[in-house]
Amino acid sequence: MLKNYLKMAFKVLLRRKFFTFISLFGVSLTLVVLMVLVALFDHTFGAYPPETKTDRTLGVLFVEFRSPDDHSMINGFAGYGFLDRYVRTLPNVEKVSLYSFPTTAVSYLNGAPVTSWLKRADGEFWQILDFRFLEGRPFTPQDEKDRNFVAVINETTRKRFFSDGPAVGKFLGVDGQHFRVVGVVPDIPILRIVPFADIWVPISTAKTDTYRGQKLWGNYLAMILARQRSDFPMIKDEYHDVLKRVEFPDPQHYNKAFGEAETLLDVASRAFLLERGYGESPVRRFMAWLILLMVLFMLLPTINLVNINVSRIRERSSEIGVRKAFGASSLTLVGQFVVENVLLTLVGGGFGFVLSYGVLHFISSTGLIPYAHFGVNYRIFLCGLAITLFFGLLSGVYPAWKMSRLHPAVALRGRG
Amino acid sequence: MIRLSNVDKVYRTSQIETVALSSINMEVKEGEFISIMGPSGSGKTTLLNILGLLDVPTRGTVRLNGGELTSYRDRDVARIRNREIGFVFQTYHLISDLSVVDNVEIPLLYRRLRGGERRKLAREALERVGLSSRIHHFPSQLSGGQQQRVAIARAIVGKPRILLADEPTGNLDSQMGDEIMDIITSLNREVKTTVIMVTHDPRLAAITERIMRLFDGRQVN
Ligand SMILES: Nc1ncnc2c1ncn2[C@@H]1O[C@H](COP(=O)(O)OP(=O)(O)OP(=O)(O)O)[C@@H](O)[C@H]1O
Ligand SMILES: [Mg+2]
Repeated sequence: MLKNYLKMAFKVLLRRKFFTFISLFGVSLTLVVLMVLVALFDHTFGAYPPETKTDRTLGVLFVEFRSPDDHSMINGFAGYGFLDRYVRTLPNVEKVSLYSFPTTAVSYLNGAPVTSWLKRADGEFWQILDFRFLEGRPFTPQDEKDRNFVAVINETTRKRFFSDGPAVGKFLGVDGQHFRVVGVVPDIPILRIVPFADIWVPISTAKTDTYRGQKLWGNYLAMILARQRSDFPMIKDEYHDVLKRVEFPDPQHYNKAFGEAETLLDVASRAFLLERGYGESPVRRFMAWLILLMVLFMLLPTINLVNINVSRIRERSSEIGVRKAFGASSLTLVGQFVVENVLLTLVGGGFGFVLSYGVLHFISSTGLIPYAHFGVNYRIFLCGLAITLFFGLLSGVYPAWKMSRLHPAVALRGRG
Repeated sequence: MIRLSNVDKVYRTSQIETVALSSINMEVKEGEFISIMGPSGSGKTTLLNILGLLDVPTRGTVRLNGGELTSYRDRDVARIRNREIGFVFQTYHLISDLSVVDNVEIPLLYRRLRGGERRKLAREALERVGLSSRIHHFPSQLSGGQQQRVAIARAIVGKPRILLADEPTGNLDSQMGDEIMDIITSLNREVKTTVIMVTHDPRLAAITERIMRLFDGRQVN
């Protein structure tokens, strides 16, 4: 039966070129927009190298401190000292890494200033994240301990300073300090805020060691690798407990700490939902919202396609009458028309997919988002397929149902 | 095998009510060859549609092989139309997107038959109506008479027990009309198909065993 449905569907598509074109155009365009958004989302939150262990990685990205009367509040990145004392010591986790948010740093190249993004990180940073090394190696916890002036750089930086030749062993001046390059990694897109930088150096090479002080806030984040994902609730609880026991250097000003061991997606979800509280993960609700928005976005093209389909009922009423007269049940006809519509949208989806690929490639090539390299992977493909199928069903079922309800005598008289 | 009792059919539009059929009683026996005659608008097509389960009466009952129509579900009615009834419409109603064979295969699509088997039966039916050489044409590439013969092939391909034909020769010249009549007559004689045919032509009606006359939706005998 399906074969016949498909055969009929193809014939209809080929013989109704204008209708086909209009429908395909709508479907493709819708899909392109959605696919680009999905790719952007995947690019930011998906499990891409070096962040391959996102399924068991939590982060302490922000902390919040409040005054005794709750009137004064500070919210932002934590200080190294705070994280070192309260997060690095969390029990029952596999590994903790501390790293700074990237800052701009100036180097001089042939006398001209060049800015790069500089990230300070500990040795564990390289153990949790799976960087691929083009040459050399990462720096180690020992390098961090010994305050070795070593650096890992990305490909672009190597090209800039060492014109693509091997860089390991060479020296690089950054913000007046000199580092020996130990490794080179591929460029990391800026949207991957955890690993992203141009140059990575040990935290201990900071110009002063005030970062180690008691300051609660600063420029540091923590990454927590759980033994397994099911440990997440326990780790979150332990972190909550720790926050209750924080010793405040100046308790008159700030004496309460709030925060969450969470993923980037948790943070983004909370931001999107404009939520301030801590606690239960908002990712599900965030996803529900995103799906709702997608559906809303698809609504207009859906209504359009539904309209076209419904208006074709009159055009195809003779066919409906004939099929019914010769034994098609209403259900069979619904099947036929839904399959036709799904096929149409799948073809449109195919075009949309190719177009999306082009658009993504274009966005990557403009350099609008530094080091972004949008590709299409199986996740994005499946998502696109799901969107297309959903769209096909959404716009096909109602017209099909309506068509199938047509009484054969009426359909054949063509007064439907 | 089909029995209509006190059948009325009333079409209601927002302003007017048209009584298309009024207290029709009719019994069709297995193997009969019946013609329906009457002026334009007298309700012939409406009656044929009710006999063929394409339409439901406003009042009265339709019984098919003893069972009452209103007790059937959509799926059962579809099955009966598929197995028992072959329809030839006044205006052919071929699907323009499909080739001649594909049109003829339609009734077989709704049976569990393999593609090869369907094709074979469709070719046989087309041979019967003398159109074997045109199977890959599209309806728009055929003459009116040829289209009507495709429609007949489609109606008989599933070997139904009842053939309902609405002016099968209405749009044809008399020679073509005779050929079509020969096909229908031979179906009735040889395969014992029950035939009910609407016609304006007294010459054709004379061939049939029984003539039912309609006037303004009423039986006149
Ligand atoms: N869907 C409808 N809505 C309103 N009136 C209808 C409808 N279908 C048929 N009629 C009316 O019912 C009456 C009978 O129509 P029907 O088609 O059965 O006539 P007929 O005998 O087949 O005529 P013809 O010989 O011209 O084909 C006509 O007056 C027609 O206008
Ligand atoms: Mg008629």
